[in-house]
Amino acid sequence: MRVLVSFIIVAVLALIAYAGVQAAHMTTFFGIIVPYAAFLVFVAGVVLRLWQWGRSPVPFRIPTTCGQQKSLSWIKQSKLENPSGTLGVIGRMALEVLFFRSLFRNLKTQLKDGPHIAYGEAKWLWMAGLAFHWSFLIILVRHLRFFMEKTPVPIQMIEGLDSFLQLGAPLLYMTDAVLLLAVTYLFLRRVGIPQVRYISLVNDYFPLFLILGIAVTGVLMRYFFKVDVVSVKILAMSLISLTPAIPEQEIGALFYTHLFLLSVLFAYFPLSKLMHMGGVFLSPTRNMASNNRAVRHVNPWDYPVHVHTYAEYEDDFREKMKGAGLPVEKE
Amino acid sequence: MANLPKPEELSEIDFTPPKTGWMDTPVEFKPGMFCHGSKPKSLQTVEFPNPRDWKPADADWKLPENWKEIIIEGIADRLKKYRSFRLFMDICVRCGACADKCHFFIGTGDPKNMPVLRAELIRSVYRKEFTKAGKILGKIAGGRELTLDVLKEWWYYFYQCTECRRCSVFCPYGIDQAEITIIGRELLNLLGLNIEWIAGPVANCYMKGNHLGLEPHTITSNLEYMLDDIETVTGIKINPSFNRKGAEILFVTPSGDLFADPGTYTAMGYLMLFHELGLDYTWSTYASEGGNFGFFTSNDMGKRLNSKIYAEAKRLGVKYIIGGECGHMWRVIHQYMDTWNGPADFLETPVSPITGTKFSNAKASKMIHIAEFTADLIKHGKLKLDPSRNNHLKVTFHDSCNTSRGMGILEEPRYIINSVCNNFQEMPEDTIREKTFCCGSGSGLNASEDMDLRMKGGFPRANAVKFVHDHHGVNMLANICAIDRAVLPPLMDYWVPGVGVTGVHELVANAMIMKGEKERTTDLRGEPLPGKEKKEESE
Repeated sequence: MRVLVSFIIVAVLALIAYAGVQAAHMTTFFGIIVPYAAFLVFVAGVVLRLWQWGRSPVPFRIPTTCGQQKSLSWIKQSKLENPSGTLGVIGRMALEVLFFRSLFRNLKTQLKDGPHIAYGEAKWLWMAGLAFHWSFLIILVRHLRFFMEKTPVPIQMIEGLDSFLQLGAPLLYMTDAVLLLAVTYLFLRRVGIPQVRYISLVNDYFPLFLILGIAVTGVLMRYFFKVDVVSVKILAMSLISLTPAIPEQEIGALFYTHLFLLSVLFAYFPLSKLMHMGGVFLSPTRNMASNNRAVRHVNPWDYPVHVHTYAEYEDDFREKMKGAGLPVEKE
Repeated sequence: MANLPKPEELSEIDFTPPKTGWMDTPVEFKPGMFCHGSKPKSLQTVEFPNPRDWKPADADWKLPENWKEIIIEGIADRLKKYRSFRLFMDICVRCGACADKCHFFIGTGDPKNMPVLRAELIRSVYRKEFTKAGKILGKIAGGRELTLDVLKEWWYYFYQCTECRRCSVFCPYGIDQAEITIIGRELLNLLGLNIEWIAGPVANCYMKGNHLGLEPHTITSNLEYMLDDIETVTGIKINPSFNRKGAEILFVTPSGDLFADPGTYTAMGYLMLFHELGLDYTWSTYASEGGNFGFFTSNDMGKRLNSKIYAEAKRLGVKYIIGGECGHMWRVIHQYMDTWNGPADFLETPVSPITGTKFSNAKASKMIHIAEFTADLIKHGKLKLDPSRNNHLKVTFHDSCNTSRGMGILEEPRYIINSVCNNFQEMPEDTIREKTFCCGSGSGLNASEDMDLRMKGGFPRANAVKFVHDHHGVNMLANICAIDRAVLPPLMDYWVPGVGVTGVHELVANAMIMKGEKERTTDLRGEPLPGKEKKEESE
């Protein structure tokens, strides 16, 4: 049900764009107005979100420690899993953000007869997640060529590497295939594993289908139903130079569908779980050093609380304390 | 434990999720899976709202009329105060990596015990009340109304989480269910919805200085019994001091160690070690609790109970503090105490008077863990040890959740055990250190009425012990946690009969050769030492 709803929403979105351009010729709307609006929502939304998170205080230093603490000089500290300083935290965060360190730990827990609990390797989610995010990033970077007069050398190098298999014409980009495979895997595991299906919401399926839609329309354009790439570049250049104009040469409805789904993704991004991209940097269990006993952490909203003082305690128990031979402040 | 199903039945776990979606599956209060509700007196003692007689299984929870308003305002307030809470409400992608990492999920198969879904219980209300999409789209955007059923579901499942943080180790964004449970319980406490097993100890600790409610003269007399036992075993008479001004060191340990075995043997270990060193230290009857059930109640309550440690250190004029073996106590000492009740500028950076080692890792909080202290002693050869006295033991070590994932004291206890025992065997690597499994009874759930829950939650821990028991003959489970010492014995009896439970300093005391001791024939438990069995019989 939640799968179907998500699929239908994305399909309808794609149809709206396709029909809007093909039948109603709304190229200005789908080529200029929507992308601009989506970009604005994206930037404003992400900034707002990060500002909201960033200004919320961190009252306690609560890193999740995943290795040996810094204590005695002869005990080897696990500097990346239990960092005690900024360098270690940077290292820990780099591993987390670039290589998904925590997900790499993933295990499969199974109950077997005996009863016996067995723990097995479970790296598929980590692999698919890493493949998905990295190929998405590379594809985004590759697209920058549309926004620049001359394609910069680094982007050319990325393109070269990405197509080094030299398959087909135009050359197959590996990341296109990897992205499609990874998204498909992420979707299949979401519906295939009963527990994961049980927790999945429209909020989870919708972005998957949306990204799948963007990837599929992109692949169709590049490898099967060619659109006029020169005109795409003209449009992109006009958008980025803030002199938007729809090229005279027709680009094709498929392109506008691709662009529209991407715009939806951009606009949806700050409202959704996709903000984990920014959030991961702010996670207090990961981005803080575990040096609480060496460096005091101050809670910005700390306030005094009602305590039961020693004097009150002694008042309650003075006779009993004296009877037990314990020293007292007041006789 | 009479009503408990047999282990074979309890380990038949159904992992198939219900046919109905989780929002449409109402909570069912199963006997043995939850604790008694807080009593009015316990709440009144610490000025908590809505004190009344109530039972969790009753339909009417006797809530204030505006309870919903109170909760929603409570959430809004905490979203402003905790970046962790706000972030963890927003960024979960529901990848499910945490699901089978939770001991309660592994032991029950209940999908609402998957950390992700436990968090969704509150997240769904957050989406409905605090996000635009949830307000407009409702259920489609994963939002749901806060109803009495939802509140009851929170209560049931936030008291089926031991705040162990194992899920947070595996989460790609470090989302920590402990943090969500902590805030969830804080919200419930706004309506007087604690469990008595937490509320009672909190009230005790507030008024009497410790969870068990031991009054000053009871503490000293409990220690007297231990001193007599020590004299019987070693021939040495120890004279510890209490509430003594001018001592160099204040020693604080969980009160559980003063009350019941095997914790008392650990306390005897402390007494013997400090005596042997001639340490200038004192116990306190006012700050007689290292643990902190306030931490399982609310931030304020945690701070209120914790305040006694620094206050007493200041009153007595000590230089620094040593803390005993305890799990959540050390999460609090390590990550909260200085922020709550510091700065401890009236104390000095701890320096071991025996070895001269400066503990600069505690230069701000001025409090060190006894395992750090003892490991340093052994490394410097300051203790005379005969590990063969522990030869009848095949020891494994259980890392407590809080000391491993909220501190990282992993090697110190292992170094000590390996110095005082000849037979040490690790459990499988996916069940120790940062991946250690909870005892199943932490965070105040160690009551007797929730035994089903405890045996289920402790199943993964016990299963790993069973593995080394079956394959390597392990017969002793060492740990550095007072709750472990209280709850692991019944867990072992249930799942792995034949395995005992011990604190690390009990092992130390048994191996330690003290100046002027008589020839020991028994260990602290009064059981014959290896090689002394025959002699005993012939006598």
